[in-house]
Amino acid sequence: MSIQPAVDVSTSYSQPSDRKGRFFTAKRWGTPLLILVALTGLLVFLTVRGEPDKIESFALNWPYMAAKVDEHIRLSIAAALLVAAIAIPAGILVSRSKSKIVRGTIVGIGNIGQATPAVGVIILLALILGIGWSTAIIALVFYGLLPVIRNTMVGISQINPSVIESAKGMGMTGGQILRKIELPLAVPVILAGFRTTLVFSVGVATIATFINAGGLGEVLVVGLKLSREAVTLTGAVVVSCIALGMDWFAGLVEDLLKPKGV
Amino acid sequence: MSKATSGASIELTNVTKSYPNQPQSAVENFSMSINPGELIMLVGPSGCGKTTTMKMINRIIEPTSGSIKIDGEDILSLDQNILRRRIGYVIQQIGLFPHMTIAENVSVVPKLLGWDKAQIASRVEELLSLVELDPSKFANRYPKQLSGGQQQRVGVARALAADPPVMLMDEPFGATDPITREKLQDEFLRLQATIGKTIVFVTHDFDEAIKLGDRIAVLSERSQIEQFDTPANILANPASDYVSSFIGEGAALKRLALIPISSAKLSSTSATGPSVEISENLREALDHIVLNGGAPVPVTDAKGKSLGSISVKEISSALGADVSSLGIKKGK
Ligand SMILES: Nc1ncnc2c1ncn2[C@@H]1O[C@H](COP(=O)(O)OP(=O)(O)O)[C@@H](O)[C@H]1O
Ligand SMILES: [Mg+2]
Repeated sequence: MSIQPAVDVSTSYSQPSDRKGRFFTAKRWGTPLLILVALTGLLVFLTVRGEPDKIESFALNWPYMAAKVDEHIRLSIAAALLVAAIAIPAGILVSRSKSKIVRGTIVGIGNIGQATPAVGVIILLALILGIGWSTAIIALVFYGLLPVIRNTMVGISQINPSVIESAKGMGMTGGQILRKIELPLAVPVILAGFRTTLVFSVGVATIATFINAGGLGEVLVVGLKLSREAVTLTGAVVVSCIALGMDWFAGLVEDLLKPKGV
Repeated sequence: MSKATSGASIELTNVTKSYPNQPQSAVENFSMSINPGELIMLVGPSGCGKTTTMKMINRIIEPTSGSIKIDGEDILSLDQNILRRRIGYVIQQIGLFPHMTIAENVSVVPKLLGWDKAQIASRVEELLSLVELDPSKFANRYPKQLSGGQQQRVGVARALAADPPVMLMDEPFGATDPITREKLQDEFLRLQATIGKTIVFVTHDFDEAIKLGDRIAVLSERSQIEQFDTPANILANPASDYVSSFIGEGAALKRLALIPISSAKLSSTSATGPSVEISENLREALDHIVLNGGAPVPVTDAKGKSLGSISVKEISSALGADVSSLGIKKGK
């Protein structure tokens, strides 16, 4: 298993944001603006086309949408946080391990998660574990592990070996090197992986509805099944806005946590 | 010749390092005894085992067999990290921590040793001044905001931070351009004259070895010592063809650079032409003579007062003089 950043498909290692130094860039303003425009557009569209019919109004009302958005965000964030808690230590373990078997196994698990279609993973898990919120979370976690594992590995292994050697030569213990040198220097790359996972999670969480775990997937399904384009459109726009918003927020965190001088 | 020293003695006895699956050892039966405050150069072609030999002293590489003692203490029985905090370590790639400021880089070992904040701050200031970096200007910069030469000075300051008795330096100036290198070497000599550490310095550049070393160990494959002596003695009496070939052309000229004009017998006849200061070396004098059409040149003291003159004849006879008297060099 090479730890070179791959360039293929979605498993490729996510690059840290290139936003250096300047905090208020076009992108920092651009994304919230885009979200605002999209949501305003949606609202205007829904208002202009008049009162929703009986079926539409099942979904197109504030309390319902708010509940679904809430479920969706909870689901994605919970999954992403769990991924971080599992994948960062796993990535460290992999980067520490000289054994090909350990590396292979951990990366293999992540790869399986990524390569299996999300619907497959979630249905399979539901068959084994039963339906519900926790099953959805497990599926999302499984699905999101790889970017963070891989980026943790890459983030640590890309550190100039002479930096590690001089740390060792100065008498830092393995734990001190990890905490004071390796992790801080790997932070931008790890967070970039986390950001990919977060955005993935928002997308994949739409599938949670199939196993009764809520989220905006329900809105999409209702719209598609009952041929109510306005409902489908609403669901799609809102999910996209959440994904964009999460990406924006993660980018902000990335910039804040990025070590200075790097 | 005695001088101020804060160094420790180092004693390597029959030290061997063999890597698994290698036909021969990287270092074989290496023995050397180093006096406190000595600057020892390990010089030899690439791959001969210089780095391996040096890195066994701070156990970045564990010896396969043999014993290493610092001030009589067996280092192989010490805790690695405690040992390393007492040994300064400078490598060619410098390895500054990019996410830490210069001040933070320099304070790493004092922090590991639990010094208090005020003590660390004043030490950082002292060290940066010592390596000729203005603390008010550089302390809060990050490594990438410094030139290569400046970074290497920080590397040296960082290694000196906790005032270790021993320093290990692996081609520290190897990656810098010739002008910067020469400047760093000069500064380094001045620094060593004041701090008197025991230094093991690895280089593949024989001229650097001559310029810096108190003693030079010329190494061949498996870190075998071909000759271990002062630069002047090695230049005057190379022990083997291997050493001669390593010295290369112009041994006499190289020796001239080690001998101050003051150790030559000046002629009292007056001379005209560009004058040379008595504190310079004989190579400098020869340089002036060549530029003066081969005629003798006047020698002056630091204030420009004439002390006599020097010609090729005086230079030659100084070279022919008893070699052991030529150990004095570089104003140490
Ligand atoms: N980790 C290693 N594994 C196997 N052989 C090594 C290792 N490190 C160094 N060597 C071998 O040991 C010898 C000495 O290397 P080194 O000490 O780096 O030489 P130098 O510093 O003089 O260039 C070389 O032949 C090199 O190939
Ligand atoms: Mg080397």
